[in-house]
Amino acid sequence: MKPVILWSDALLFLMLAVILLLVWLLRDQESLRAPWRRVMRGRMGAASAVILAVYVGIGLLDSLHYVERLPDAEPGQAAQYSGEVRSALDALLTPLREQVEKTYSAPFATHLYVKEAVTGPDGVDIRDYPRLRHGGAHLVDPVAGFWPDVTWRGLLGLLGGGVAWGLLWLTLGRSPGSASPGRSAMWTTLLAMFCVTGLLVALAPHYHVFGTDKVGQDVLYLSLKSIRTGLMIGTLTTLIMLPFALTLGIAAGYFGGFIDDVIQYLYTTLNSIPGVLLIAAAVLVVQVQIETHPQWFETAAARGDARLLALCAILGLTGWTGLARLLRGEALKLRELEFVQAARAFGVRHARILARHLLPNVMHLVLIALVIDFSGLVLAEAVLSYVGVGVDPGMNSFGNMINGARLELAREPVVWWQLAAAFVFMFALVLSANLFADSVREALDPKAKK
Amino acid sequence: MLDYILRRVLYAFPILLGVNLLTFGLFFMVNTPDDMARIHLGAKHVTQEAIETWKREHGYDKPLFFNAEAQGVAKAADTLFVEKSLKLFLFEFGAADDGRDIAREIQTRMWPSLAIALPTFLVGLLCYVSFALLLAFFRGGALDTGGVVLCVALMSISGLFYVIGGQYLMGKLWNWFPISGYQPGWAAWPFLVMPVIVGLVAGIGDSTRFYRALFLEEIGKDYVRTARAKGLSEPRVLFRHVLGNAMIPILTGVVVVIPRLFLGGLIIESFFGIPGLGSYTIDAIQAQDFAIVRSMVFLGSVLYIIGLVLTDLSYTLVDPRVRLE
Repeated sequence: MKPVILWSDALLFLMLAVILLLVWLLRDQESLRAPWRRVMRGRMGAASAVILAVYVGIGLLDSLHYVERLPDAEPGQAAQYSGEVRSALDALLTPLREQVEKTYSAPFATHLYVKEAVTGPDGVDIRDYPRLRHGGAHLVDPVAGFWPDVTWRGLLGLLGGGVAWGLLWLTLGRSPGSASPGRSAMWTTLLAMFCVTGLLVALAPHYHVFGTDKVGQDVLYLSLKSIRTGLMIGTLTTLIMLPFALTLGIAAGYFGGFIDDVIQYLYTTLNSIPGVLLIAAAVLVVQVQIETHPQWFETAAARGDARLLALCAILGLTGWTGLARLLRGEALKLRELEFVQAARAFGVRHARILARHLLPNVMHLVLIALVIDFSGLVLAEAVLSYVGVGVDPGMNSFGNMINGARLELAREPVVWWQLAAAFVFMFALVLSANLFADSVREALDPKAKK
Repeated sequence: MLDYILRRVLYAFPILLGVNLLTFGLFFMVNTPDDMARIHLGAKHVTQEAIETWKREHGYDKPLFFNAEAQGVAKAADTLFVEKSLKLFLFEFGAADDGRDIAREIQTRMWPSLAIALPTFLVGLLCYVSFALLLAFFRGGALDTGGVVLCVALMSISGLFYVIGGQYLMGKLWNWFPISGYQPGWAAWPFLVMPVIVGLVAGIGDSTRFYRALFLEEIGKDYVRTARAKGLSEPRVLFRHVLGNAMIPILTGVVVVIPRLFLGGLIIESFFGIPGLGSYTIDAIQAQDFAIVRSMVFLGSVLYIIGLVLTDLSYTLVDPRVRLE
């Protein structure tokens, strides 16, 4: 086994490290802690933070990549590695990944979706729905044994989840501290997450909880794998966008004059191009570059990763205008305030004024904009993948999942489970991101109503 | 006023030039015409000769900015930049890579796009503003809270699900309308209803919440309190004072998109098989027909700038304090 660090992994962990470092450095600043405490004290904020944390956890697990070492063909040979890049999440979900059926099967099905020639008990070939290779394969009688087995396993899973939650609560939950609606909401959400996890852990190795897709892959596995793509698009894009928005926006507002004109011209030009078209144009160009230079990438994962990064870069380079405009307006206002005027009168350098007086006073706007943008970006990924300018078609993403599933609605009976899974996972992510964004805005924006 | 419009039109030129330079850079410098030819000729092992032929046929066999072989003005004029990019200013879009005239396509495809985008826009604006006023009227109550929660839930659903769900329910399960397709003239209406409904529902969460926030901000202001103190009824305060004063932020977001309605919706049109500009663009993107993409980018920018000017003009209609100098 050899760890592989894809570019997006490196950036993600770098970002995580920077955030943790900032949190650690600023941990004693009461003025910075208060708003976040306010976020966590509210019901919505705490509950959505828990769900987001679960998603982030899955995404991080899925970002620890490695390649498997192949068995040596002959002793003494240099180690050979498989070309397939896996992640820690893959390792955790090995049963899900490996239990591949022939084609579609409904959630909790014991039989395949299409009829095949099977040999009946009396030795005659008939056309019937064959048993699945993995889903419910342990059942002796798939009709009579199904419900008792599912109920039993489900109850056991719920119990397991509940017990695990109880243990956690006994160790952490009773620590002294003010009781707030946020605290109880957090523990309730945690209980729900533990129960869902327990259910899945108990049932998923034996049944396809969300069915299987066209080539027989477990849809639950595909959905879990799609989470990383959504998170990456939501976070890396802002990472790329932020420097542009911050420097250009504040510079335009603070310096004014010629600099302001140039920056305004830049963002009016970018804004005037219809968003999807600009992104599509840039992605097409990148796509051609990737297609014509296959030698740049060692593995399929590296190629998909390059395209993901390119997409984030493009979204970032085209998406900074909104925040920059906002910051320009704010800097314009702050520039005239007494403390900035005083600093200037004392002869403080521009760079220092910008860093010490302007930047801290626009940070709340930046944070609010970032959390609001996140959900929009996750949604945008789905649309872009549909248009054909999203992530690599071979990559697991919600957009690709929906895209692959949408034509199957025309089948009879309807193949609905892929869409349902994509819907559930995406909805939970975007909804909690939206709710979290609302709480953050309420807590950080001095103008928002308390 | 005329002065102002004239200045704005002149100011549009550098922006459009910037847009052109950007797309030109993307499509001709990062991606050379050779790359383009290779995509369209398909096969991996294309001879340089075949590439040259394709470039000649489609008019890409010129230098980018400077033609050293030509004489006089043609040194700068007989180049790809002038031919492919600057000619867009005259609305000469040229031919697509499949040989069809882009300008004619735009003229015929504009109407189906408009037939969907315009009703969606008008009915949408009316619905969203009324819903938002309703929520603002009952602010703080159960209806308001429920409405906001519903809005947040609705805006957390990907637009793709609205389209797929709408098609499945209205088209397949209930059989109200044909799932997709289009017919010219008045026969088009059964094909138009479903995209419009889906478009309306998809926009409900976002817009209602946005307008509600606008109204709530106005409601907190002093003049509203004064109006109430004078004994005006709540509906009168809402409709006359709040709505009137919220017009400026509403117009800022609304007027600018009106010219763009011509371009139609990318997703809606391609899902419902409407032969409008949106699906034209999507097809072009998927077929990697850069000539069309370039034209649509330019057209989109022109319409956006028109929208900006219209926005400024509309301010003078709703706010007597605004004068365009």
